[in-house]
Amino acid sequence: MLEAVNLGCVRGDRRLFSDVNFSLQPGSLLQLTGPNGSGKTSLLRIVCGLLAPAEGEIRWQGENIKSPGEDYLTAISYVGHRNGVKEELNPLENLRISNGVAGVGISLEDAKLALAKIGLVGRDELPARLLSEGQQRRLALARLITSAATLWVLDEVLTSLDKAAVALLKTLIGEHLHKGGMAIIATHQELSLSAGSLQRLELAS
Amino acid sequence: MVIRDLTLAWRRRTDVLSTLFFFVIVVSLFPLGVGPEMELLRSIAPGVVWVAALLASMLALGRLFTSDFQDGTLEQLLITPQPLYLIVLAKVFALWLLTGVPLALIAPVLGIQFGLSSKTLLVLVTSLLLGTPVLILIGSIGAALTLGLRNGGVLISLLVLPLYIPVLIFGAGAVDASIMGFSAQANLSLLGALLALTLVFAPWATAAALRISLE
Repeated sequence: MLEAVNLGCVRGDRRLFSDVNFSLQPGSLLQLTGPNGSGKTSLLRIVCGLLAPAEGEIRWQGENIKSPGEDYLTAISYVGHRNGVKEELNPLENLRISNGVAGVGISLEDAKLALAKIGLVGRDELPARLLSEGQQRRLALARLITSAATLWVLDEVLTSLDKAAVALLKTLIGEHLHKGGMAIIATHQELSLSAGSLQRLELAS
Repeated sequence: MVIRDLTLAWRRRTDVLSTLFFFVIVVSLFPLGVGPEMELLRSIAPGVVWVAALLASMLALGRLFTSDFQDGTLEQLLITPQPLYLIVLAKVFALWLLTGVPLALIAPVLGIQFGLSSKTLLVLVTSLLLGTPVLILIGSIGAALTLGLRNGGVLISLLVLPLYIPVLIFGAGAVDASIMGFSAQANLSLLGALLALTLVFAPWATAAALRISLE
């Protein structure tokens, strides 16, 4: 279970938000909305432990993530504004290396399956810099399929995806929730899911 | 992680080669500029080679984290369960294999231009092999601190060059001693000590600096 307790965030001398509370049970999704600059990305980065909150804390299974242990970092998978795709490597290498560095090596077969599932068939051997923006985003999302993370943290991932990819991602999230996973997603689009419960959190400007 | 960085560098070979050519050309300019006086050349050789090595490894530093930072892979590395200390160490090691080692291996060829004896050339290679990892380790702290800043390159040099002074003194000192006919042991041991010290502390400081830069 993931909990946020009285979270506050200050960037520079501007206060983005304060007293943000939520708790996320297995099988549920939190949708984060709010105007541009309201602190959605900051909140997600706090959840990932990339940014320290000004006050309050994030608890994972009841423990503060201030010094994230191995369990928490294994449990989390983050796709942010920047895709984390190496342009010199082809999709297969990208996927296998990012998994390898994260400590969960995957076989060539698994990587191919994941790429096929995300709709990058036939692009396996192409350097990622030749892929379009949307295809690179799909490649970043392929990491979600191959990782065993229980908590998905997705920041505006629907941008630059086509309709089919958005539908695909919704299915993936649905499957993930059905398996008892959790997800936090910052997006302005409507999310209608087949499985799992949906919570909304609106950050005011 | 090491393999990852080596693969990436292989895909972008020109970066690695340009550092090496920079070193070769800077060192070769001196005999051309100073003229063929063997005595003079021999006495400036240690300083010239070491200063060139220092500048060449600083050129390479920009590559250490910048591209990973820009495409978001650095963020991903920070949230992997692997300790950041080890990730930094692996990246530094890969960069050393790509710049420090070739630099040390090509140095004897350049040393011949300065009329160094074979024994001195051996000392030169040893001192570079011991010294270049220290340069990269110290530099990685600067690279991590200046990440994401515009004109970070200039700032790195201002931050890091003063810290390079001991390495320069002991490195050039070792070669100097060997030219004079003394043992280079003392200087090489001091370089080794510097290496041990930076190996322990620098990755830790770099890891902390990376966390700050990515906040």
